[in-house]
Amino acid sequence: MTALAELALHPPARRSRAATVTRRICLAMLAGLVLFALVGPFVLADPAAQSLDRYLEGPSLTEPLGRDEYGRSVVSRLAHATRLSLLLAAACVGTALLLGTATGILAGWRGGLVDVALRSTSEVFVAMPALLVVLLVAASSPDGGVWTLYLGLALAQWVEYFRVVRSRSALLLGSPAVEAARLLGLGWPHVVRRHLWPDLRPLLVTLASLGMVTSILAMSTLGFVKVGLQPPRAELGLMITESFPFYDVAPWLSLAPVAVLFILTICFLSLRRTEDS
Amino acid sequence: MTSSAAPARLARVLAGRALQAVGVAVLVSGLCFLVVQRLPGDIAYRIAAGRYGYDLVDEQAVAGVRSELGLDQPAWQQLLHWLGDLVRLDFGRSLVTHQPVLSEVGYFLTGTLQLAAVALLLAVAIGAALGTAAARRPGGVVDRLTDLWVAGVRALPAFLLGLLLIVVLSVHLRWLPSAGQGGSTTIILPALTLALGLSGLFARVTRDAVVEVRRSDYVRFARTKGLGGRLVLLRHVVRNAAVVLVPYIGVQAVIIIEGVVVVEALFSWQGLGHALVHAVFWRDIPVLQASALVLALLVVAVNTLADLTVLWLDPRPRGQEALR
Repeated sequence: MTALAELALHPPARRSRAATVTRRICLAMLAGLVLFALVGPFVLADPAAQSLDRYLEGPSLTEPLGRDEYGRSVVSRLAHATRLSLLLAAACVGTALLLGTATGILAGWRGGLVDVALRSTSEVFVAMPALLVVLLVAASSPDGGVWTLYLGLALAQWVEYFRVVRSRSALLLGSPAVEAARLLGLGWPHVVRRHLWPDLRPLLVTLASLGMVTSILAMSTLGFVKVGLQPPRAELGLMITESFPFYDVAPWLSLAPVAVLFILTICFLSLRRTEDS
Repeated sequence: MTSSAAPARLARVLAGRALQAVGVAVLVSGLCFLVVQRLPGDIAYRIAAGRYGYDLVDEQAVAGVRSELGLDQPAWQQLLHWLGDLVRLDFGRSLVTHQPVLSEVGYFLTGTLQLAAVALLLAVAIGAALGTAAARRPGGVVDRLTDLWVAGVRALPAFLLGLLLIVVLSVHLRWLPSAGQGGSTTIILPALTLALGLSGLFARVTRDAVVEVRRSDYVRFARTKGLGGRLVLLRHVVRNAAVVLVPYIGVQAVIIIEGVVVVEALFSWQGLGHALVHAVFWRDIPVLQASALVLALLVVAVNTLADLTVLWLDPRPRGQEALR
């Protein structure tokens, strides 16, 4: 996991007009992909429908990305794969964020034994490569199911949120401002809303956008080495593996999922700086 | 600072990392245990079939295996046994090749260490060169190009980078073999794949560290007192920049290990990642457990080494520790 390293590496500096324009372009591309992923599966043909007589058909007006080695519509498979990646990644990041933030605030707030227990657990997870955790959890499912993948990804990611939130909230909760609020008799909801949340939000947005990248890449990586989701499910990594033997005769087959993967990664990475300064 | 503080810090670093190692071992074996429990079919049958061949399995053999391995006991007792075996370093034999797991994993470990060492050297060389070049003129053309490089490398997952290298260097240019092991050229492509991915972060860290150090008072003082440019670079810039860079090598260890899983599978390089992926595929639990454990402990070991190197490079106490 590199998110923590990158947080430290990218101090909120160097903000220029060019960066703002780039970010807008990235946001627009991301919105386009999300739209494609959400609407595509309803409009396009069945991604599993084969027609072997249309083997490796080239791109045309009705089939903008042509057909694959089973004569399946590539654009439809791409839409399903993108939707799967986005939804699963969002679910994992959401779960990890909730779990990590809750445990982080708990550890920063209660301190003592709770803190020691949670912190040592996190230490163990930090030393584990995320892909290893995901791989081990995914291995426990005989058919490479979505749920085990989800569990593995969320389990591997919560620790980043925990570490960041714990160190920040311990600082904040000990600050004179919070002390004053407590002395005035303002309750915990007030402290969370007015003191913790505004300070944590930019950090969490950064971590979440990096987490989306990590999840999407981990998923496609496992698909690529054929340990994650199994065919015939449309998944970006799987699509790349399956289409690779044909890259000479039908380059659009491999290039389409690669392009989607690359755009998703770039866009989420660029989101990282939206919450600068 | 007194001279007795350094051994105390050394002891603290070692103790913390040792605790981490134990925790990692427990977590990995716990996850592996979960894998076994969730496997479809009767495990005793599978193991008996693995031992005696599918045709020779009868009820008696299965019952023998079941009582021998304690599979009829409740899950928590099995887990305790599992951990007990782990403490005695008893990993058993591979279910597929019937070789003792320890010797197999030792072989795979050598492969991974070779690959990781070459990759790390390449990555530090590329990253440090790029970073130092970029730091010469912050905001200049080289700096911007390096920025682009860092972003590009970060956005490319290891398997795509590997595919790209195979297509360009191996299939089209026919310079290098695309897969396999043996001869001195086979390591280049997998190592390069890993190294390119790593070089981005190294370049960024090096750049920032060098820029910072060059601006610092002690470098200005060294210049003022008339030290030559190269001496300033070696004595002051490199050492102080290394203090920032080395901890990131520790962070990178996690990425190297993750990359190894993919890159080894892609290039069929006989290492732990290759072994891990195949073990998952074949449900070879003993190999799965041992290679996952070794990979995770490798990360702890590299982090410990990075800690110790920083301690050696920069014997001053850390800021937070001084405050305590």
